[in-house]
Amino acid sequence: MFDSITLNFFQNYWWLIISLLGGLFAFMSFVQGGQTLLYTLGKNDDERNLIINSLGRKWELTFTTLVMFGGAIFAAFPLFYATSFGGAYYVWMAILFSFIIQAVSYEYRKKPNNVYGDRFYEKLLYINGSVGVFLIGVALGTLYTGGNFEVNEMNLSHWTQSSYGLEALFNPFNIAFGFMLIFLSRIGASLYFFNNLKNDNIERRVINTLRNNNRLFLPLFLYVIGYALFKDTYVYNASTLVVSIESMKLFHNLINHYILLLIFIVGILLFLYSIFIAIVKKSKKAIWFYGIGIILIVTIFLFILGIDNTIYYPSLSDMQSSLSIENSSGSYYTLFIMSIVSILIPVVLTYIYFVWRSIDNKKMTIEEIKADPHHY
Amino acid sequence: MENTDLLVDWSRAQFALTALYHWLFVPLTLGLTFIVAIMETIYVKTGNEWWKKTTKFWMGLLAINFAVGLATGIIMEFEFGTNWSNYSWIVGDIFGAPIAIEGLMAFFMESTFFAIMFFGWEKVSKRMHLTSTWLVALGSNLSALWILVANGWMQHPVGMKFNPDTARNEMDNFAEVFFNPNAVSKFLHTISSGYVLASLFVIAISSWYLIKKRDVLFAKRSILVASSFGLLTSIFLLASGDDSAFNVAQKQPMKLAAMEGLYNGESRAGIIFAGVLDVDKDIGDKKDPFYFSLEIPNALSFLGYHALDAFVPGVDDLVYGNEKHHVESVISKMEKGKIALQALTDYKRFKKEGNMVEAEKSRKLFEKYQSVMGYGYLEKPEDAVPSVPLIFYSFHIMVASGSWFLLLFILTLYFSMTNALADKKWLLWAGLMTLPMGYLAQECGWIVAEAGRQPWAIQDILPVGMATSNISTTSVQITFWLFAVLFTGLLIAEVKIMLTQINIGPKGEH
Repeated sequence: MFDSITLNFFQNYWWLIISLLGGLFAFMSFVQGGQTLLYTLGKNDDERNLIINSLGRKWELTFTTLVMFGGAIFAAFPLFYATSFGGAYYVWMAILFSFIIQAVSYEYRKKPNNVYGDRFYEKLLYINGSVGVFLIGVALGTLYTGGNFEVNEMNLSHWTQSSYGLEALFNPFNIAFGFMLIFLSRIGASLYFFNNLKNDNIERRVINTLRNNNRLFLPLFLYVIGYALFKDTYVYNASTLVVSIESMKLFHNLINHYILLLIFIVGILLFLYSIFIAIVKKSKKAIWFYGIGIILIVTIFLFILGIDNTIYYPSLSDMQSSLSIENSSGSYYTLFIMSIVSILIPVVLTYIYFVWRSIDNKKMTIEEIKADPHHY
Repeated sequence: MENTDLLVDWSRAQFALTALYHWLFVPLTLGLTFIVAIMETIYVKTGNEWWKKTTKFWMGLLAINFAVGLATGIIMEFEFGTNWSNYSWIVGDIFGAPIAIEGLMAFFMESTFFAIMFFGWEKVSKRMHLTSTWLVALGSNLSALWILVANGWMQHPVGMKFNPDTARNEMDNFAEVFFNPNAVSKFLHTISSGYVLASLFVIAISSWYLIKKRDVLFAKRSILVASSFGLLTSIFLLASGDDSAFNVAQKQPMKLAAMEGLYNGESRAGIIFAGVLDVDKDIGDKKDPFYFSLEIPNALSFLGYHALDAFVPGVDDLVYGNEKHHVESVISKMEKGKIALQALTDYKRFKKEGNMVEAEKSRKLFEKYQSVMGYGYLEKPEDAVPSVPLIFYSFHIMVASGSWFLLLFILTLYFSMTNALADKKWLLWAGLMTLPMGYLAQECGWIVAEAGRQPWAIQDILPVGMATSNISTTSVQITFWLFAVLFTGLLIAEVKIMLTQINIGPKGEH
């Protein structure tokens, strides 16, 4: 039954799954966005506790999505895992640091004798929400702008810059990508709080926050999407595997597949609609339109980077070392086994949905938090 | 490109630091999730609110512990890429799969139902809550399963073949990887050690309450549950330990020799019950390795090969060979390994030049010796020997501790059932003081498993020197110290918070 499925199919399938995980992470990063809004939206201890506890029931899902993203890349595209993680060392390490401090901060913040005080853990959450998300944006940006690496004939890689990834911070596109992700996560957080909390003061402030972050997000979004779609992009010849440059390649990838273009446009419309109904109609349901919209946009934006002989990780040091889904993937057998396991994905998404619904069936209030001795 | 011994040492140190910290938290999570699930089951079955409050107290301590385990876990996953990038490519096709499956199958389950377990008491039905608690326990243990499938494969690589075109190992039999005997015994031994540690944790804290004559009923009942669970799982721990040792003897004889400080192989080899190693002992010098030792005769032959008169090769036999017992020397394997590496290089070169006849010859030569390819990277035969004192003492501390835990569980269970525990002050103190031993035994177990495998990242295939990332030593040194400071800071906070919560006690719940 599976004999007719080619390696190329599995490579595309896993690139789609990784793109989808990227989309899910972009949506779930509302947790990080919320952490940066703690003092903007919460003006006293009770309000801040409410915000932290609302995020505290979700942070592990974001964390897990990130772990899954890493695990899927390791298994499906091990050469990328080896090249980028082992080369852009400082960037990935800084991201990891920002996520260690998040994990403990929720649990320790309100515990008696927590050594460093409540404010310390709140600062750690802020660092995770700002620096962590920014650096993830920068790292994702390098998929479009490239990294300084070389891969030898034994497929062993090394970085050619002693700054080990920090040089990516000097690329305007990467910087814009990082900031775009920060503002996006804050938009997501605003819509999430609007839906999840029952508190007049916070709801009032959320609308302002939403407006402000949206104003900052949209120009960056237009720049990032526009630049990526219309820039010169590395491509490879399917028979010789020789890498060359093609202009507007990602734009062509998008318009050559009507379904992808349609999904991308639907994603953008859903995103804009969510902002509109939240600000104008004060709709609490905006988060769901936002969520679906962002997942669709990011999934397609990442997916077009890997398809149709496109290089998804260009090497700035040696063009021929650049990575494509073809030269960096796992073997046919491994991708096949992993594809069978991926049947579980809908099951996982289903139970996450039901658990989420059962936990969030009532809006969270300050009174509820005060009544729970185990609150964060 | 820098790939020095120093870089390897620092990369190993960073991974060891992360792993040792990670393992301070994970075993407690593995076991305590089951203990709280058992307590909650009693609550749901009896409807007795007292058990609900007891469950919530232990769950509170579990949550404090859970977070750091999670945080250090993500670092380990990504460190394979950041610090062991050659490894990630050379074996990522096999090793990456269980890591990814863990995320999908276990990690999501754990983190999703964790929210209900901690915050869903008033939001879902009793049965839904209980189901969630069991799913968290199941998820954390499933997570351990996939990680140990990956680790077991590093100890005994199966289900794969080397592809000279991609210059990496590729999986060709998932069932062999999953049912690898080493992985199975490792999984069972590791999770049962977690159950034992969690039992020790509950007994230690409850003993302290009894010593202080506070929360007496809570402490007695908690000890009863923990000592029953601990006794059952200790027996399981011993059985799985025996199976682990058997697998080590078959697949990693050098590790077994180091575990017992055995330099000269023997038939009817004994297990060292207690001993002190001679610090001046060198490989091949024929000196007695011990200042003194007490031995249980024939036990090592039986443990390793299930035969009282079996020959167990020592370090010297493995390094220099033993013709009589058909033990091939490291020197011989190194020669073959170098031939394999050269043949691989030739294959790539001839193929690039289009000389397919010579390429095919090189490929065949490579395949002949590829099983010992990793030895070709070693500089001298003695490099194949791990640190014998480190492995020997770690192993013996682990075994001695494990034996004491079994006795402790028998005693606490007996006196709990005869309702005489509160009067046995010596036993309560023993219960309290044993907890640090539990943690020490856990760490020692992993030292035996990982340091005992040195110099191999993947047994016989890939030495650590070839597995590192090609980055500067300074980069690793910087992140090592940052991790050391951060992890220590978090550990201090965790211990202080935990002690405070224990001091507050279950009265908040009752």
